[in-house]
Amino acid sequence: MFKKFSTATDISGHTPVKSSVQRQLRAALLSQWRIEPETLESIWPKKEGLVHVKCREHISIYTVNGKPIFFQHFDGPLVPTLRLLHQYPYILPMVKIDRGAIRFMLAGANMMCPGLTSAGGWLPPAEEGLPAGTLVAVHAEGKEHAAGIGLCKLSTEDMKKINKNVGVETLAYLGDDLWSQKSL
Amino acid sequence: MGKKQRGQAPPAAAPGPEEAESSTAPAPVVEPTPPKEVVYCGVCDWPVEYCEFGSTFTKCKEWLKAEHPELWDKYYSEDALAARLGTISLEAQSKLEKDTAKKEAKAEAKAEADMKKKMSSQVIIKRIERTKRKHVTVISGLDKFGVDLKKAAKQFASKFATGASVSKVTAGATDDEIVVQGDVCYEVLEMIEDGVGVLKGIPADNVEIVEDKKKKGGD
Repeated sequence: MFKKFSTATDISGHTPVKSSVQRQLRAALLSQWRIEPETLESIWPKKEGLVHVKCREHISIYTVNGKPIFFQHFDGPLVPTLRLLHQYPYILPMVKIDRGAIRFMLAGANMMCPGLTSAGGWLPPAEEGLPAGTLVAVHAEGKEHAAGIGLCKLSTEDMKKINKNVGVETLAYLGDDLWSQKSL
Repeated sequence: MGKKQRGQAPPAAAPGPEEAESSTAPAPVVEPTPPKEVVYCGVCDWPVEYCEFGSTFTKCKEWLKAEHPELWDKYYSEDALAARLGTISLEAQSKLEKDTAKKEAKAEAKAEADMKKKMSSQVIIKRIERTKRKHVTVISGLDKFGVDLKKAAKQFASKFATGASVSKVTAGATDDEIVVQGDVCYEVLEMIEDGVGVLKGIPADNVEIVEDKKKKGGD
């Protein structure tokens, strides 16, 4: 999503967010991510205002003190920035891609099922299967930190069964233009 | 009376601390989970383990060795490399290495070309006549040195107590120009040379003053 993004051309406005909307966002974050209220408080204190940065193609980035915390496309799920995910790796469920797929991930491609189902990849077992449309942290074989964040196009069980085409759509990856923007 | 008091005081004191404990026990303070500390490479700004996929791998390794020797050992020592071959076959691994080496060379060449362009680009200061006795100073080329134009314009405006604005030459790209009202070209030159505020990092020889006056005359 942030393959080509430059502050000069792609940002249309910075607006502070109303506190009623802030409360709604806070509640949404607590329900969508696996995060404790206290930890969310340390990332985004109640006293701090949230700034809504509007970008092209209906993408909104929300920042605290200039630092981007999460973003959203249309009214879709709230996606944490990759930097935030590195600091708190447990807030999203994990899937792993094998080594050969890493370079494609780092170029922004979507992850195909075979990369997740092969020997180096890892998907959660059937009891913890994730439905389609879940936000996941995409980890890489042999690496400690997430390489990117994606949205499951198929449920993890379907990925194992069908094993063809796109499994996870890449929303953010290491080194994309959002990564390079440390503050907005 | 003394005995009674003493008799009463200890039993009163005993339930006191007990009550205090039971009231604080069910409300423990929940500490937020601290963030994980991540070491980002000084060269490519990725987590250190991903440097091998970037285009500046050799520089990254040198940086890591200098800054964080323990991590260097962890990732690049002999046994670590052997363990990392993982699930790809040997040919695939060597192909991957060749690809990254090629990418690295390309990226280096590109970075060099960019640097050269940067060195040769200049900041041009022009003085243009507006009406008979009035001039404007046009400063172009600051963009290439990574100067934030709006902030620079504001700085000029406050320093010279006149108006300053940013104008785009071509629509779309900011082909920058800062227009300052008044004849301030020499002062601007001084400001740039001193590197005041946002005007950092501009070597003095890259700045040029071009006279764009129609009339010749002493000033």
